[in-house]
Amino acid sequence: MYRVLEKEVLALKITRLKVDAPKVASKAEPGHFLIVRVDEKGERIPLTIADYDREEGSITIIIQEVGFSSEQICNLEVGDEFLDLVGPLGEPIKTGGYNKVVCVAGGLGAAPLYPKVKSLHKGGAEIITILGARNEELLILEGDFERLSSSLYVTTDDGSKGHKGFVTDILKQVLEEEDVDMVVAIGPMIMMKFVSQLTKEYGVKTIVSLNSLMIDGTGMCGGCRVTVGGDTKFSCVDGPAFDGHLVDYDEQLRRQNFYSKHEQEVKDHVFGGEGCRVNEG
Amino acid sequence: MKGKKVKMPEQDPKKRVNNFKEVTLGYTEEEAIKEANRCLQCKNPLCMQGCPVEVDIPDFIALVAEGEFEKAAQKIKEKNNLPAVCGRVCPQEEQCERKCIVGIKNEAVAIGRLERFVADYARGKEEIEVIGNQDKGKVAIIGAGPAGLTAAADLAKMGYEVTIFEAFHEAGGVLTYGIPEFRLPKDIVKDEIEKIEKLGVEIKYNHVVGKIKGLEELFEEEYKAVFIGTGAGLPRFLGIEGENLNGVYSANEFLTRVNLMKAYRFPEYKTPVHTGEKVAVVGAGNVAMDAARTALRLGAKESIIVYRRGEDEMPARVEEIDHAKEEGIRFELLNNPTEILGDKEGFVKGIKCIRMELGEADDSGRRRPVPIEGSEWIMEVDTVIMAIGQRPNPILLKDAQDIETTKWGTIDACDESGETSKEGVFAGGDTVTGAATVIEAMGAGKRAARAIDDYIKNLRK
Ligand SMILES: Cc1cc2nc3c(=O)[nH]c(=O)nc-3n(C[C@H](O)[C@H](O)[C@H](O)COP(=O)(O)OP(=O)(O)OC[C@H]3O[C@@H](n4cnc5c(N)ncnc54)[C@H](O)[C@@H]3O)c2cc1C
Ligand SMILES: Cc1cc2nc3c(=O)[nH]c(=O)nc-3n(C[C@H](O)[C@H](O)[C@H](O)COP(=O)(O)OP(=O)(O)OC[C@H]3O[C@@H](n4cnc5c(N)ncnc54)[C@H](O)[C@@H]3O)c2cc1C
Ligand code: SF4
Ligand code: SF4
Ligand code: FES
Repeated sequence: MYRVLEKEVLALKITRLKVDAPKVASKAEPGHFLIVRVDEKGERIPLTIADYDREEGSITIIIQEVGFSSEQICNLEVGDEFLDLVGPLGEPIKTGGYNKVVCVAGGLGAAPLYPKVKSLHKGGAEIITILGARNEELLILEGDFERLSSSLYVTTDDGSKGHKGFVTDILKQVLEEEDVDMVVAIGPMIMMKFVSQLTKEYGVKTIVSLNSLMIDGTGMCGGCRVTVGGDTKFSCVDGPAFDGHLVDYDEQLRRQNFYSKHEQEVKDHVFGGEGCRVNEG
Repeated sequence: MKGKKVKMPEQDPKKRVNNFKEVTLGYTEEEAIKEANRCLQCKNPLCMQGCPVEVDIPDFIALVAEGEFEKAAQKIKEKNNLPAVCGRVCPQEEQCERKCIVGIKNEAVAIGRLERFVADYARGKEEIEVIGNQDKGKVAIIGAGPAGLTAAADLAKMGYEVTIFEAFHEAGGVLTYGIPEFRLPKDIVKDEIEKIEKLGVEIKYNHVVGKIKGLEELFEEEYKAVFIGTGAGLPRFLGIEGENLNGVYSANEFLTRVNLMKAYRFPEYKTPVHTGEKVAVVGAGNVAMDAARTALRLGAKESIIVYRRGEDEMPARVEEIDHAKEEGIRFELLNNPTEILGDKEGFVKGIKCIRMELGEADDSGRRRPVPIEGSEWIMEVDTVIMAIGQRPNPILLKDAQDIETTKWGTIDACDESGETSKEGVFAGGDTVTGAATVIEAMGAGKRAARAIDDYIKNLRK
């Protein structure tokens, strides 16, 4: 179960895995995610379902190495298995009934964006894609998006490919020129914040997808909470996609950093951590 | 000799705050026999009325008194599938022991401690029950907490082919993710679950029903009846300013990180938990005590219970409150948090509280706390854990709109049979009652198993 069927390294520290999970594949919709655990001592790691094939019974995930667990996942080889895989979780997003949609991806955000674009395209929408990355090496899925988009723009921070600058530069231009009914933006929190600020000026509906810290993914711990339009929501069951104009990004940015310093402890494998008393059992 | 219960040995409080090992150590054989002899073997044993699963209390105690510990274990097992668990966590002082005749003038017989002794004695010695063919049809159970496990075990014994669908990667529900190791060792929970699996019950992990599978599909897959035992897992917050600051946890998150994901063995296990130096736990039930005592073990210099009512109103078991006090938990009673304060980076730095006094009794008979005007003060803490109750998780119900619920979001089910408004669907445990007790959840599972058996028999006619 949950065996890795195919593996491909897409870019530096970014890996695509196709995994055998027929039941999850049969229920997956754009916007869903899953939670995996590699071994007995591992964390529960949420990952977007980047693609699914119901006939083959497989799902695809795209992972970026950012810490211990994501590195562990990237190191899996064809034939290896996940210990646990639970999904599909979260609320799918509505993809039918749109005429023209701008899809904006920042870095790895292209992965969770892809199934949504596929479905929007199938639903009859014309797609304009803006892919942003720090540099050319970190750009992923360009070909896949190209096939689905009427136009595709690339931006890089250093200008190594496409427009030098941010996705919002291009987005502004597109919003000026085109009659757009929705923007879907997925990427770093800070990017989603600025995209939402911009689209608000133009009064264009915007969907973002949050990657809050999660444990269970079923609404049980509240660790993934986020303020949306003044109300507390749980990202895992109410989202992870939300109305971009209502999300409190600053709170999310802060919450994401809560555990950053512990990452180093996992890497260094120091025992105990910050004054833990437990010395036995 | 009839005066007091035989004391149960415990780990020294100073030592135990440095480990996650069990606090209470259990009776020796001699102690158990001595305590068993305090029982009067009543002809009309009132104690049994206090037990939601009707354990044959006098009979098993008589066997203990005779030194027939294994037989005593079998006796308990006729009614209770999880005796090692119940003997530890049942609020006996409000259930079986409260009704015990001896308790009128003296301390009641220590039924819970004896039950625990017997279950621990029999551990590993029991023969696996041989059961007949499981050919009466398929039954699906949703949730592997005490309610679901009990219903599953009973139905398997009756000859049904039972499958449990569990959202997590481990079974046990709150027994596994909520109640800490030092109160309920996880290998005991695992043992009990294995025994239930040996009855032929299949547990499918990582299956969130309502997501990977809907209720309707279960019936399409020829399950004849479904039991919902999904618990009350949705945490509540106070709705005050500052609750999303870094350092504010729900008790569920804090305890799940520690118990299920074993954060107390971080970084060997990779899930971290940030405990902080000064921890405030809001609430005073079992969950709050567990969170406060866990925080202390994880290195908090101070761990404080903040509760808006008084000492007598605390809902936790007396034993847990006593243990918490012995370990040095500070109690700030008659204090209600009104705001959580943060620093520039968004980390908790304190709680603003208002002092309360007790006024008239409310509907529940408890005196209602009223704020004392102008009494706000600031308690400096860096972690806040909310333990103010849980509600049923709506994931499953979102997918099954035809199951009627109450205004509290619990499933509207018949108390006696667990029947819901949807044919063939039964429910029990915390998802029906709201957060309650292990043994009540088991009682509900048991009654539902009987009702499901009747229901399926009638289908065949
Ligand atoms: C709904 C959802 C969908 C996701 N989809 C994907 C995906 O498709 N591909 C993918 O690579 N990642 C995805 N993520 C993020 C992924 O779960 C995290 O990268 C992973 O948990 C990091 O684990 P780690 O142990 O490797 O890193 P850690 O050691 O835990 O952390 C390393 C660094 O990453 C940050 N970090 C930790 N967790 C998260 C998080 N949840 N989101 C953002 N930053 C985090 C930490 O603050 C730290 O700075 C998703 C997250 C969510 C909630
Ligand atoms: C910290 C803490 C301490 C406690 N201490 C005590 C105590 O000392 N004594 C006592 O008697 N009681 C205590 N309780 C209460 C007691 O644990 C509960 O009343 C009891 O566990 C309820 O049992 P249940 O089977 O109804 O639900 P749970 O134990 O909550 O189990 C429900 C199970 O269903 C699963 N589930 C939920 N939704 C789905 C879904 N959609 N699909 C599949 N699976 C699903 C969950 O993952 C879980 O495993 C405590 C509770 C807590 C939280
Ligand atoms: S199961 Fe609980 S209530 Fe029943 S006899 Fe045992 S300890 Fe008492
Ligand atoms: S009521 Fe007390 S004394 Fe009587 S049988 Fe029960 S435990 Fe024994
Ligand atoms: S991850 Fe626990 S509630 Fe969302």
